[in-house]
Amino acid sequence: MKQTLIALVEDKPGVLNRVASLFRRRNFNIESLAVGHSEVPGVSRMTIVTDEEELLRRNIIKANLFKMINVIDVQDVTDTPCVFRETVLIKVEADAVTRGQVMDVVEMYRGRIVDVGTTTLIVEVTGEPEKIESAIHVLTPFTILEIMRTGKIAMTRGKVMPRSNGTTRAASNGKH
Amino acid sequence: MAEMKTGAEIVWECLIREGVEVVFGYPGGAILPTYDALSKYKDKIRHVLTRHEQGATHMADGYARASGKVGVAMATSGPGATNMVTGIATAMMDSSPIVCITGQVATTAIGGDAFQETDVTGVTLPITKHNYLVTHIEDLAPTIREAFYIARTGRPGPVLVDIPKDVQNASIEFVYPTEPIELPGYHPPAQATDEDVAAALELINSAERPVILAGHGVLISGAMKELRELAEKGNIPVTTTLLGIGGLPASHPMNMGMMGMHGTPWSNHAIQQADLLIACGMRFDDRVTGNLKTYSPNSKKIHIEIDASEINKNVKVDVGINADLGTVLRQINPGVKRLDRSEWFGKIKDWEEDSNERDILQFESPTLLAAQAIRKIWEGTKGSAFVVTDVGQHQMLECQYYSHDDPYTLSTSGGAGTMGFSLPAAIGASFDVKDREIWVIVGDGCIQMTIMELATAVQENSNVNICIINNGYLGMVRQWQQMFYESRYNETPIYSPDYVKIAEAYRMPGYRVETLEDILPTMKKAQEHNGPVLIEFVVEQYDNVYPMVPAGADLHEMIRRPHPRFEKMEM
Repeated sequence: MKQTLIALVEDKPGVLNRVASLFRRRNFNIESLAVGHSEVPGVSRMTIVTDEEELLRRNIIKANLFKMINVIDVQDVTDTPCVFRETVLIKVEADAVTRGQVMDVVEMYRGRIVDVGTTTLIVEVTGEPEKIESAIHVLTPFTILEIMRTGKIAMTRGKVMPRSNGTTRAASNGKH
Repeated sequence: MAEMKTGAEIVWECLIREGVEVVFGYPGGAILPTYDALSKYKDKIRHVLTRHEQGATHMADGYARASGKVGVAMATSGPGATNMVTGIATAMMDSSPIVCITGQVATTAIGGDAFQETDVTGVTLPITKHNYLVTHIEDLAPTIREAFYIARTGRPGPVLVDIPKDVQNASIEFVYPTEPIELPGYHPPAQATDEDVAAALELINSAERPVILAGHGVLISGAMKELRELAEKGNIPVTTTLLGIGGLPASHPMNMGMMGMHGTPWSNHAIQQADLLIACGMRFDDRVTGNLKTYSPNSKKIHIEIDASEINKNVKVDVGINADLGTVLRQINPGVKRLDRSEWFGKIKDWEEDSNERDILQFESPTLLAAQAIRKIWEGTKGSAFVVTDVGQHQMLECQYYSHDDPYTLSTSGGAGTMGFSLPAAIGASFDVKDREIWVIVGDGCIQMTIMELATAVQENSNVNICIINNGYLGMVRQWQQMFYESRYNETPIYSPDYVKIAEAYRMPGYRVETLEDILPTMKKAQEHNGPVLIEFVVEQYDNVYPMVPAGADLHEMIRRPHPRFEKMEM
């Protein structure tokens, strides 16, 4: 099971670099990282996926993120009920003959054709990362020219995301 | 209406308001406006011109370790700032609060590879607690204030503030913020929860063979009294890390001395045989644990540490308490029961008596032995000096043979192991330490890394007594070559200048001692002199530091001192 973290960070220059640099220097691997504005002005929300399996190492990653001055809150949602989504754009070869077949596949994945060229199509698929993998797999025989994935984004279900303050930090850091 | 001030003036205004008395630095193009503004503040703040920016950061670090206050270093952009890197990394590893102020090329030129432009916030990102590039003058005063706050609170550390030249030149109405600093992502933990205290007490009050591991956190938190109370009340032996030395008096009957690679055998044995480790403000560095797989295999572990990311990092613990050490010990101590642990203390005494550790002090050697020389320095200073060491054999020998009874009397580069630290750190410390003699113990390799700071010591008339322990080798590296590389002494013999003449050239007294009998009389001359003094100790070349736990070996697998024999090795 891959580790998924949701971090609230200050929207300041260099914060993404700080987070990425932390993973590099602590020898942790980022599988994907998605970042964008949150509902609070000046605060961004990140979804970070790591390949770390071991619980103690996962806690160390989380504690190191917490330690950064610009990181307001971190939640490890690996074992929390969440909605996970990822979007992919796939440019696939498709001429007049194969275009219909590609469109059938896209239909099955509830994707969309977002660009049509004389010999190519750009397909957009959104869903859980497993669905994206599957769509890519099925489209591969048509010759895929480019893939651009957003990385996984996550949101906890229901009203559970705690906002940061001293107490949640202390409580979550004391015991692992 | 508040007075208009330039960015350059605001820098000094802020430093003065933060209580800074001395700044260690080196001017240059991009920081010139700030140096120009210094004329207005010379009666309120002192600037010390160093000979290299690395020296400036070590001085700020040395000052911070001695005083507990934030040390300040200043440099220009580009090479001035990159020269600070070693000093910043040293402060980072040893949790020393310093603020580094660097000039930067104008905001309009940033990113264009301008003359003396370096991405200093990028370079120092992984070796600072936090850093800032100030691109708007309205952010300058709040940023400097934040920098000091972050440097000194929580787990202290270095903070760098990079200020472009145009921001220094710009003007604004100066108002120093007074409201409490509120950072959304920074809340140093305060105290332990009741559950944590209960869990810790349950382990402490049921342990038969407990050991307290006292680290740098004891001194940073000022928890010496609380540590002593825990040890005495609970009847629990204490061992310290390198930076924890002074946390409990060396002469205290429960202090087993230093642990780890060159620690006392009895404290290492005690750790290995313990049924409970109480780690207080330390981080289980590889130099104290040895092989993690066999480290203290049968003990439960309590870890009290202000930095949450250290808990469970190297050693898995049973109770991790993320809070200020002094506060936690004040919460725990009332519940600690005094148990009869005479069997445990008896065992430790057996290990101690079985050891030949201190025998070297009785050896008769035709050459001067560094261990004996350092013991003499202890004697000549009545054990009450403020000692600054560099890194290597002399450093470990200092820890073994200079017993520190008082806290904050040893300053040494621990985590980073930075050669060249001692002389500038001692100069920095001399601006705070007025009631003790300052003695630098440094090797012939280390001194040559920052020897240019002798000029700073003379210029500032710093009361530092510099003892160069000269064995003609990079001694600790030679020791490793002897033990683990079949005595192939590649590039460890090191040539030295005539240090007495070096002292003379810098216009300071210089002496050379080659016998044990000469040490105290020469020290006396140094003690009577006001200002820096240099003493070269010509010592045995082939002596080693014992005991030694080879890197990665089990902590109890110590190499003991063989029968003394210092014949010249094949080279």
